[in-house]
Amino acid sequence: MLYFSKLRIVFITIFSLLFVLIASSNLFKFDDSFFDKKINLGLDLQGGSYLLLEIDNEPVIEQKLQNLSTTFRNFFKNKDIKLNNLKIDDQNIFFNVTEENKQKVIDIFQDENSEINPYYPRFKSHQLEIEDLGLNLKINFSRQGLINLKTSSQDQAIEIVRRRVDEVGTNEPNILKRGNSRILVELPGLDDPMRIKSLLGKTANLTFRFVTQNDDERFGVEKLEYEDGTPAVNVSKRIIISGENLLDAQPKMDTQNNQTIVSFTLDRVGAKRFGKATSAGIGKQLAIVLDGKIISAPVVRDTIASGAGQISGGFTFQSATDLALLLRSGALPAPLEIIEERTVGPDLGQDSINAGMIALAIGFLLVIIFMFVKYRFFGLITNVTLIINLFILLGILTLFEATLTLPGIAGIILTVGMAVDANVLIFERIKEELKDDTNNILAFDGGYTKSRTAIIDANITTLLAAVILFFMGSGPVKGFAVTLGVGIFTTLFSVYFIARLFTSLYVIKNKNNGKLI
Amino acid sequence: MIAFNKYYNHFNVLSSALIIISLLLLIFKGLNFGIDFKGGTLIELRSNDTKINVSSLRDKFSQMNLGDVSVKKFGSDNDFLIKFENKDNKKNIIEEIKVNLDKSFGNNYDFRRVENVGPKVSAELLKSGVIAISLSLAIMLIYIWVRFEWQFSLGAILALFHDVIVTLGVFSLFSLEINLSIIAAVLTIVGYSMNDTVVIFDRVRENLRKYSDIKIFELTNISINETLSRTIITSATTLLALLAIYFFGGEILKGFSLAMILGVIFGTYSSIYIANTVLVRLRVSQKTVLREDDSK
Repeated sequence: MLYFSKLRIVFITIFSLLFVLIASSNLFKFDDSFFDKKINLGLDLQGGSYLLLEIDNEPVIEQKLQNLSTTFRNFFKNKDIKLNNLKIDDQNIFFNVTEENKQKVIDIFQDENSEINPYYPRFKSHQLEIEDLGLNLKINFSRQGLINLKTSSQDQAIEIVRRRVDEVGTNEPNILKRGNSRILVELPGLDDPMRIKSLLGKTANLTFRFVTQNDDERFGVEKLEYEDGTPAVNVSKRIIISGENLLDAQPKMDTQNNQTIVSFTLDRVGAKRFGKATSAGIGKQLAIVLDGKIISAPVVRDTIASGAGQISGGFTFQSATDLALLLRSGALPAPLEIIEERTVGPDLGQDSINAGMIALAIGFLLVIIFMFVKYRFFGLITNVTLIINLFILLGILTLFEATLTLPGIAGIILTVGMAVDANVLIFERIKEELKDDTNNILAFDGGYTKSRTAIIDANITTLLAAVILFFMGSGPVKGFAVTLGVGIFTTLFSVYFIARLFTSLYVIKNKNNGKLI
Repeated sequence: MIAFNKYYNHFNVLSSALIIISLLLLIFKGLNFGIDFKGGTLIELRSNDTKINVSSLRDKFSQMNLGDVSVKKFGSDNDFLIKFENKDNKKNIIEEIKVNLDKSFGNNYDFRRVENVGPKVSAELLKSGVIAISLSLAIMLIYIWVRFEWQFSLGAILALFHDVIVTLGVFSLFSLEINLSIIAAVLTIVGYSMNDTVVIFDRVRENLRKYSDIKIFELTNISINETLSRTIITSATTLLALLAIYFFGGEILKGFSLAMILGVIFGTYSSIYIANTVLVRLRVSQKTVLREDDSK
């Protein structure tokens, strides 16, 4: 265990120096892109906001079932099958058919080439499941159908969230999927997430619909409230144009009455429909509805054929800017709810870094003094190893551009405390060997060999704990698992290569000088 | 040589008592879960106005109809930690609070940290925390079983169980807050305590092979003594590092480092007085480890 070939010594030296260099790239700037890597600071250290959003898919499912039931009615009408008592209840569609048609309907739904019920061969599942309840038939989404629906609404939502966050212009946001109905938004450096939160909390479903007096409009009517609290009015359910028809939206200052407005331009289809509706509806009130509330309902005075218009509604410049932003980035497929928020101000982050560094320095110093007092020369070897160990640990974190969190710093300090364990095991073993054996070389060799199983077992148990923590933990705690886990590898490397190298050089030189430890 | 084995019975009684007291505390007093596991809102507030203090803050917050609000000093004199349940999960609660505080205190304060955990998330976090701890115990059990014999595995797990339960018992007794970082601490304790136990077990196994005529009662004592200086040194350096975190690492790491300090102390104790006594009580002998060698 004490022999090192020249090649090995060279390799260990180069390896150690390399990591010292990589670790130092956090302090200096290197031209080379390989060396110019930095450890990322977690949100708890650099300040920022962590938002976990959940998509409320229920309205999407409701809407989808609504559309499907219309499709089914028409589809079976063409086959001369009448669906009676069609209704939607608790995410199920119910209907009756005559007894002789029942099997036919079920067969159509269960056919792998069914036109109305797509089959996913990969998952061996239809989109919808049909069940004969005796009195009526029940249709609901299959497990896979539901997963597909959620995934697609998540895909849409994450795109919209990304656009909205980008428009606000925060630096390096991190937007990730979580499961199939959640989105994680990390916003470094943002200490007041109020604006982003209010932007993400809006579905931004915009429609232009006529205000109507009579209740028996062909498309149905609904009573909608105004955003500013003006009493509710009846609005037709017929949508003239919606947010999808918008090409652009910008906040503007209306010079005539000194009001902030949002001006918009429509795509071709939208412009045509808008022109037609405004020419037919002169004198009527056109309600501009956002997320079920009326922003304003101006009276149509003229045909607007240009495909450009404006929305007024007592905006401040900020609220007009935000509305324009929401309209530009598009509507969310479903409402989002912020189910977890963690925000750290930048000065607290800096305080945490300072505290962490002071704790690291003091912890390190205490351990180093302790080891030197206890083992003298071999304590010195352990301490040099510990320093190199720290550099390699930081180097690996830098190389992988890992995220360092406050618990992560705690993990590094803990590594310092526990890293000496392997060396202590070895040195104590050597001391025992020297009791029976006066040959230094044999004693040191035996010490290394005999302590090996204990060291490996002991480190694997800590590693197992770190691995579990990495997979089960979230956010900052994950950072702890990373530093603790990586620390085990760097410790083993530095003990078995670096400390052993120093020890062997010393022992071979002084083998005849009595008991060395 | 210190006669650790003289006190095996005494300390077994003590350990059992500690576990029972801790379990009773956990059942009847329960744990003081933080917002991570209970849901709710936390605000760390820094003031630069002496008018802002615990009682004035408590006053203002109680007027806002937030339910049960706890206001505490947090580290220094002008830092405060405010926690409430946010039962209705109101959306713009932080903004409302800001507006309210602005009215009374103007601009003389600042939110340094805001955390808001919904009921769904907190339930999930609690579940994954419990799973993580159970999983780690199970994996340690299996690992030791593979590396040693089942008697060793049982001893190690009982020691781990003791460390986790008693550490949580202390947290229950003093109503210290359990949050995500405490789970991390408990898992690290599991790793550390295991580490400590394994080192002694490794020596016990080695000695079992070496001496056929020494009874396990004596043999464990020899093994504990042979590894004692290592046990003390490693515990000492780990505790030094942890004390540095506790005193200098800032308020946020206090609970974490305290749990770890307790865990290291209990872990060191249990390696000697629980793990080994299980071997003695199960009458482990040379045969136990030789059979293991044969089967390999």
